[in-house]
Amino acid sequence: MGMDLSTLRTLISRYCVGEENWVDSRTIYIGHKEPPPGTEAFIQQRFPDNRIVSSKYTFWNFIPKNMFEQFRRVANFYFLIIFLVQLIIDTPTSPITSGLPLIFVITVTAIKQGYEDWLRHKADNAVNQCPVQVVEHGKVICKQSHKLRVGDVVLVKEDESFPCDLILLSSSRDDGTCYVTTASLDGESSHKTYYAVQDTKAYTTEKEVDSIHGTIECEQPQPDLYKFVGRINIYMDNEPVARPLGSENLLLRGATLKNTEYIYAAVIYTGMETKMALNYQSKSQKRSAVEKSMNAYLVVYLCILISKALINTLLKYVWQADPNRDEPWYNQRTEAERQRHIVIRAFTDFLAFMVLFNYIIPVSMYVTVEMQKFLGSYFIMWDDEMMDEELGERAMVNTSDLNEELGQVEYVFTDKTGTLTENNMEFIECCVDGHVYVPNVICNGQVMPGAAGMDMIDTSPGPEAKEREELFFRALCLCHTVQVKEEETVDGIKHGIHQGKSSSLYISSSPDEVALVEGMKRLGFTYLRLKDSHMEILNREDEIEKFELLEVLTFDSVRRRMSVIVRSGSGEFYLFCKGADSSIFPRCVAGKVDQVRSRVEHNAVEGLRTLCVAYKPLIPEQYQELCHLLNGAKLALQDRDKRLAEAYDLIEKDLILLGATAVEDRLQEKAADTIESLHKAGMKVWVLTGDKMETASATCYASKLFHRNTQILELTTKRTEEQSLHDVLFDLSRTILRQHGGMTRDSFSGLSGDCTDYGLIIDGATLSAVLRPSQEDSNSGNYKEIFLEICRNCSAVLCCRMAPLQKAQIVKLIKASKENPITLAIGDGANDVSMILEAHVGIGIMGKEGRQATRNSDYAIPKFKHLKKLLLVHGHYYYIRISELVQYFFYKNVCFIFPQFLYQFFCGFSQQPLYDTAYLTLYNISFTSLPILLYSLMEQHINMEILKKDPSLYRLVFLAWYD
Amino acid sequence: MMASSYNAKDEDGHISVSGPGGGALRSKKPENTAFKQQRLPAWQPILTAGTVLPAFFIIGLIFIPIGIGLYVTSNNIKEFEIDYTGVDMSSPCFNCSQNFSWNSTRPCTCTIPFYLEQSYENNVFMYYGLSNFYQNHRRYVKSRDDSQLNGDVNSLQYPSKECEPYAYHDNKPIAPCGAIANSMFNDTLELFYHPNGTKVPVPLTATGIAWWADKHVKFRNPGENQNLTAVFQGTSKPVNWRRPVYELDYDPLNNGFINEDFIVWMRTAALPTFRKLYRIINKKDNMVPTLQRGNYTLEVVYNFPVRSFEGRKRMILSTISWMGGKNPFLGIAYITVGSVCFFLGVVLLLIHHKYGNRNNSADISN
Repeated sequence: MGMDLSTLRTLISRYCVGEENWVDSRTIYIGHKEPPPGTEAFIQQRFPDNRIVSSKYTFWNFIPKNMFEQFRRVANFYFLIIFLVQLIIDTPTSPITSGLPLIFVITVTAIKQGYEDWLRHKADNAVNQCPVQVVEHGKVICKQSHKLRVGDVVLVKEDESFPCDLILLSSSRDDGTCYVTTASLDGESSHKTYYAVQDTKAYTTEKEVDSIHGTIECEQPQPDLYKFVGRINIYMDNEPVARPLGSENLLLRGATLKNTEYIYAAVIYTGMETKMALNYQSKSQKRSAVEKSMNAYLVVYLCILISKALINTLLKYVWQADPNRDEPWYNQRTEAERQRHIVIRAFTDFLAFMVLFNYIIPVSMYVTVEMQKFLGSYFIMWDDEMMDEELGERAMVNTSDLNEELGQVEYVFTDKTGTLTENNMEFIECCVDGHVYVPNVICNGQVMPGAAGMDMIDTSPGPEAKEREELFFRALCLCHTVQVKEEETVDGIKHGIHQGKSSSLYISSSPDEVALVEGMKRLGFTYLRLKDSHMEILNREDEIEKFELLEVLTFDSVRRRMSVIVRSGSGEFYLFCKGADSSIFPRCVAGKVDQVRSRVEHNAVEGLRTLCVAYKPLIPEQYQELCHLLNGAKLALQDRDKRLAEAYDLIEKDLILLGATAVEDRLQEKAADTIESLHKAGMKVWVLTGDKMETASATCYASKLFHRNTQILELTTKRTEEQSLHDVLFDLSRTILRQHGGMTRDSFSGLSGDCTDYGLIIDGATLSAVLRPSQEDSNSGNYKEIFLEICRNCSAVLCCRMAPLQKAQIVKLIKASKENPITLAIGDGANDVSMILEAHVGIGIMGKEGRQATRNSDYAIPKFKHLKKLLLVHGHYYYIRISELVQYFFYKNVCFIFPQFLYQFFCGFSQQPLYDTAYLTLYNISFTSLPILLYSLMEQHINMEILKKDPSLYRLVFLAWYD
Repeated sequence: MMASSYNAKDEDGHISVSGPGGGALRSKKPENTAFKQQRLPAWQPILTAGTVLPAFFIIGLIFIPIGIGLYVTSNNIKEFEIDYTGVDMSSPCFNCSQNFSWNSTRPCTCTIPFYLEQSYENNVFMYYGLSNFYQNHRRYVKSRDDSQLNGDVNSLQYPSKECEPYAYHDNKPIAPCGAIANSMFNDTLELFYHPNGTKVPVPLTATGIAWWADKHVKFRNPGENQNLTAVFQGTSKPVNWRRPVYELDYDPLNNGFINEDFIVWMRTAALPTFRKLYRIINKKDNMVPTLQRGNYTLEVVYNFPVRSFEGRKRMILSTISWMGGKNPFLGIAYITVGSVCFFLGVVLLLIHHKYGNRNNSADISN
């Protein structure tokens, strides 16, 4: 309710304020101080208080609201109707027979939901009443959390969590930073750094903070956790100073302050408008195929019910045509009954028959099915074999509704990095101007066949080259967003300890960066820390070099690169840029591009991840200009992202290439075995990755997605440059059709070993060309069809250079194809979320790239190899189990009701029930639902080991039934 | 923890707020028990010749003797049935059935002679049987007031609405009310034995024919041991009855609502053709059979009209055994199932003998 009102209020305020400028922004007075006269007069907006309402019901609306929600379910509504009919007309069975089970089901559900809501109320109260320290009139006073208002200034101490969304004003640290963990928000337990507003970071006591005079303009709340734009105006001597605010200034409700003694911050979003509250909105619920066919069955049964009732009503009147049968002397009607009109009589008779036969619709089926799924999902969570010792994680079930869907998967879409591979990066080598450096400690002793002796020039190069080499190392030490953990007692993360090589912990959202910084350490350059905007590096001579960090141009997946601007101890300005080869090479104007390029390509074929490093020295004037450009973009309230991107584009050009790095991402344990099993089980495995084609295909070979005898079909930009897309597509489809000719049927089973199978490689650009809506109307529609036809005949498909949204597009394309196959998407990163949400079943890997995939998935498993058991054993079991459960439910009700139907022929179609009331009632709710529930939880028609050993059994379920 | 995450989804993804410091670490190691790991001992029957053939033979060998035993037992039960409806002109009751009128004061009697070809040992049960009488019609079944029959004085005065249109007569409540009571079977059947031309009445016991629970729990007379006539003062007899309910018998323990003929009638039959226990002929002497072979007559006081709905009335004499009355069905069913199994066993054995060695390994094909 509160939520509705507040949205209404915002809506009203939006239209009342009237100024276009303000439509999507709000203005906040820090400490509720009026802006000095002479400045633009803002109209005060109204904001909700900081009350969190996660509960659904209140004391007085519980019963009506809960009843309404429950009776929205078709089954419940049906039984309510039957119950009402029984109450109104003279019915064969007493209303108790259907009323009791209905009331039972409704009450149990209501009690469960009521209890949960009570718990939520309790949690809400605890949260709403927990004390918060607020600065008022220069003093810190304690307030209950729900009394916080937008504009308040709060004091948060270490290890406290933030009571609402805040803008960091100042912290106990001199540099105005604070560390925060968002573990309860998105599961990432790493400490993130947040920055105070430059002009206020000096105000570190309550008196000083209270003297801040300023306003914050920011956008209206939106759910994206990682996006925020705003502007702060500080009035110094009535002279406003505007500063940009970004997500690095925004502390989110639910996050916890770490490693920082205290902070002062201004409240900007409260209560239900906080990003956390906005984020827990429901995602669209997925429905399983079995559930859909269950509904179809229900409709069929409803038809049977109605026809049975109709037949009996008809026969009744035929039979009753003889008055001696209708009213023999021993069984007369009452006068009132005789008076009743024949149509009304026939209609009540029909209703009475409906009531008599209504047990054919299983009351308790929904409840039983739900219980089966819910309880059944515990077996998945309990599974020892799906537990990862190293991570200490076990499988998680977020949606138990899809248990049986796991047993019908036809297409598997998997991410590469972190899913097929470990996402545990190992620095392998770097190449500076064509000279290859390999750190002394080579992991795993894996010898790269091509590399041996080829470029291993270890002769000390000339002084000039040495200078460039050191610049390269420094670049890698500086151009990153790695944090250094100072303390050893960091909960949750044992990252560095695992590696056993470094004493200090490097933490970053990107494992590549950690690998690079650690690799540099082995080559003699140790990144120490970031202190007071100065990055400290320990060089080979054990001297500490200091660089002032001026700007960070953060990484994004569109640019595929990041840059830093630093000032060295000697006062020179440098821009260091690091990124994917394709995004660096075109921007280089100098350096040994060709040598580096050949090395990069060589490494990519080996399956290594490559990054290129470039730099550009800046003169102070240039820097000032860039600074101006950047700040302009950062201050923008509208289109800030676009303007930033433009600014970045201008800054990152005319670079000088330094070299390239190679990082290895090892395959996950048993990934190949798992893929092979999935293939044998008749599933088609598609790898969707943002990586380069060479790297990705190397991984595909390693993971046995492609075999040595797989004929690779390429549908890449390289080919479409030579031929038109049209020709390439037709070529490929001709190749495939010629081979498959008459044996398409066999190949579907996936077992035909000796016939050559095909693998397709397609890249993002070509894919979007294939999927692009028509320019020439005649062909475009065909492209999709031909592409699908090709895909259908390939056992493995690799899509590289994919954007996250393209991944979802592919899944959608397959989902919508003729056969309506069941799709499964598996991934570990935020870039996989879209496809996880799109696919029928979404699986998250509890990887290193945060918890977003896990949070949005239906099932989460620690490692890729666990997919095998999840599908082949659990999926198979639950498919069989739920099928038998549902079929049994319909079967037993037919068995139950058919004698009742036949009995009408022997009792003059008088709707006399054959069974006793108690039996009628209990048959459905306990006698026949509990035994099958137990069966459907425990049934193992084939031994687990056999299922694992012989994946082709997975397919047999399909052929057997239920399609 | 897991459950709550499930619930969050269940509640349409409603917000679940974790309070401050809610990131408690749980013990993640699942328990390694047979139940949780789904390793409980399991068994799946796999049908092979080795298991199926013996099963068939054993079923055959067990079922056939049981069936024969049941069949013989049922066959040993002696049963005699006579239809006295009087549909045929030749039937002795033809006149009674033709001239039936509810108002006639003089009862119509008819006598049906019959000959018992076997002597009946042990106790003999005498039934009356009705056909085409829908005692299971819903309107009929519910037309009674159980609390009235249980002796509730209030219900005696104000019978339940269910009894309509047999609840009130001349503004007086009917006791017992309802269609069932109103249509109680009221023919009187008497048996006479005719040894050597004489006429000896066969003694019929009218008690012990109702269920114990009905007689002692469900049915009770109203008023504590009062005079029944006084208790039923102010009520009317059912329309079709000739006598009020307190004059059904002279024995006070078999009168009023606890009259056993009444109780038997009130337990409605499930099918339109049924028989109800009427009298028991107890065995007196070990030397003499209960009913000897010879000539008998059945004397009927014909009160119950069935011609209007094409019904039939029968009198049945039967002995019983440990398995109840005469019913050969169970024995036949056992014998049939047993024989089919045995036959299948033989056929499968032959098939197995002839072809069985070809592919023994085909039990579990992949």
